[in-house]
Amino acid sequence: MQIDRRDFLKKGAAAIGGSLLLGGLIAKPTKVFAAQDASNRPDGLAMLTDSTRCIGCRRCEAACNEANNLPAPEIPFEDRYVFEEKRRTEAQAYTIVNRYENPKWKKPVYRKIQCNHCAEPACASACLVGALKKSPEGPVIYYENLCIGCRYCMTACPFYIPAFEYFDAGSPAIRKCTMCNHRISEGLIPACAEVCPVEAITFGKRSELIKEARDRIRSEPDKYIDHIYGEHEVGGTDWLYVSGVPFEELGLPADVGTTPYPTFTQEFLSAVPLVLIAWPALFGGFYAWTKRRQQIADAEATNREKEDTQR
Amino acid sequence: MIEYTKQANKDQSWARERLFLGLTITEYMKRLFTPVNIIAGIIIVFGLILIAIRFSQGLGAVTAASQDQPWGLFLAWGLFSGVPLSATGFVLSTAVYIFGLKEYRPVLKNALLLGFLGYLFAVIFLLIDLGRPWRLPYPMFVSFGTASVLFLVAWHVALYLSVQFLEFFPSISEWGGWKTLRRRALSITIGLTIAGIILSTLHQSALGAMFLLAPGKLHPLWYSPYIPALFLISAIAAGLCVVIFISFLTKHFLRDQTDSNYMASLDNITIGLGTATSFVLITYFALKLVALAHGNHWELLNTPFGYWFLVEVIIFVLLPCFLFVYGGRKRKVGLVQFTALFTIIGVIINRLNVSLIALNWNLPQRELFNWKEFLIVIAIIAIQILVYRWIVNRMPVLREHPEYKGEH
Repeated sequence: MQIDRRDFLKKGAAAIGGSLLLGGLIAKPTKVFAAQDASNRPDGLAMLTDSTRCIGCRRCEAACNEANNLPAPEIPFEDRYVFEEKRRTEAQAYTIVNRYENPKWKKPVYRKIQCNHCAEPACASACLVGALKKSPEGPVIYYENLCIGCRYCMTACPFYIPAFEYFDAGSPAIRKCTMCNHRISEGLIPACAEVCPVEAITFGKRSELIKEARDRIRSEPDKYIDHIYGEHEVGGTDWLYVSGVPFEELGLPADVGTTPYPTFTQEFLSAVPLVLIAWPALFGGFYAWTKRRQQIADAEATNREKEDTQR
Repeated sequence: MIEYTKQANKDQSWARERLFLGLTITEYMKRLFTPVNIIAGIIIVFGLILIAIRFSQGLGAVTAASQDQPWGLFLAWGLFSGVPLSATGFVLSTAVYIFGLKEYRPVLKNALLLGFLGYLFAVIFLLIDLGRPWRLPYPMFVSFGTASVLFLVAWHVALYLSVQFLEFFPSISEWGGWKTLRRRALSITIGLTIAGIILSTLHQSALGAMFLLAPGKLHPLWYSPYIPALFLISAIAAGLCVVIFISFLTKHFLRDQTDSNYMASLDNITIGLGTATSFVLITYFALKLVALAHGNHWELLNTPFGYWFLVEVIIFVLLPCFLFVYGGRKRKVGLVQFTALFTIIGVIINRLNVSLIALNWNLPQRELFNWKEFLIVIAIIAIQILVYRWIVNRMPVLREHPEYKGEH
């Protein structure tokens, strides 16, 4: 195959044009998911838990179990023995209350955990089929009909929340708190907030809950530490916490930073179109150069042969 | 009637020549009972039983995967280690077709086959590990999670598997005697090679980029914004070393399937690939240092995880780098082959560290994997080896087909 200069230019132009087109196609969808400015976020629904109020009655766990039609637990909700160990959310338990010893007050602190409904969720940016999505209203919603069961959301979640049905072979799914989305759409409030006897769980607009949390901290500065967990963590979550003890003592990770997790992979994804555009031209160029060198070498070899025979 | 018998005989001989190595079926069956095959068979039977349990009782019945540590050996070995070890086809076809390094042509077809099988079995591991494997085509046809790095991996692995099949197809068509198809497949070689480079660059690095989403979970010595580049560069080293090491094995175990050209060129190829790997490894080591400095977690080097990190980087990256240089200078083929195996182990250790051992390192107690997972992995590897041997025993992989000599 001979390549003359015009042919080479033509092919090169075609390669670059083609890859520009391809790059453009791929680049488009990633743009849609670009990090949104925190201040532009809609003021969604949110929750506030106050661990200074929580008495560890676990009625929120029971209400959650009922509202989501989950199977009855092995140990009944009234049994305080469960506090002996630190539990996490499970496929059959979307929310968990743990007990943490607190020498300062000589009485333990209870902390409820569940999906934090991040403003920009790591799980949603991990999901390759869009089975996890942040709804404009606030809750992070799971679409079981799309899930392929890869469990990348579990690896991505900084709070160790999503749980998988490991003992279901037919239709294993990811399970996590839905902020009682089904109840909200019926005009009800989340089951845990409704049942809490000491108003440790509050449901409302995020901006109002932040104001409420600030008011509580301001009015009783000795009781609370001056921090609303979730206001800025991982770029902001829609589940907020106030507490009398540092949050890392309550098993809430202190090292998650304030950068929204999707940002961590955005830089890589934005480099993808660059490779798609530049590589065909670059390696096509290498190929053409190699080919040309080979042709020159071949031509020289034949010339030499000719000279030899002439002599 | 006579015509019919002739045709039947012809069909039978086609099958006999191509499938049963020219033997009758009974002779062939008898020959199958070798010690190696029997051991492999037993392992595979147990593995298949465990796989059946997985598909009837769920992943939890055969793996140590937990809610905290959702990925186990199937992905750590099958995907995160299997894919870089299968960079063979991409690396060698780039060298031969794009950079015109024709002296590596004798091992090219083998490299393409190893790459194709590696990706095929990575997908098989994925099918075992996915909760709902029958939804594997979802990211392609049903719902697009374009913000996900895994979306990119899924697409690229699927596309690259097809590319590798087409790249290896000339050998298949030489075996089947399909001349037109062979010509068509060969006519798109350069296009396939460049597509392979693009796809490999992106998905090899994307496998690393997947862990960018786990900054609090992956140990700081391994977590780095450079992880995509580190994954890509080490995959190139892995691909080169797998070609060196498997070539060494073919010389001893599949000698009757090679031709004189293959056998004669192997030493030079080994030295050349070894020297190339030394350049790749020093680049990789330098970038590892940059990542370490960038992370600025020097104090963590003086912890158990730090010692393990140093073992990975010094014993399994820097040392083989020097051994390759030394072996290349002194033309010690055996040393280069040994070093290749050493480097392969190093890349596997790195991938196991990132996807399993150093992931969730701060959790108080965890089980990395159990014996059932391990046995399934061994069984699948056994199947992979048997499939590879089956193909090499039939198709012109380590030799040129006499009818097509000197073409390509």
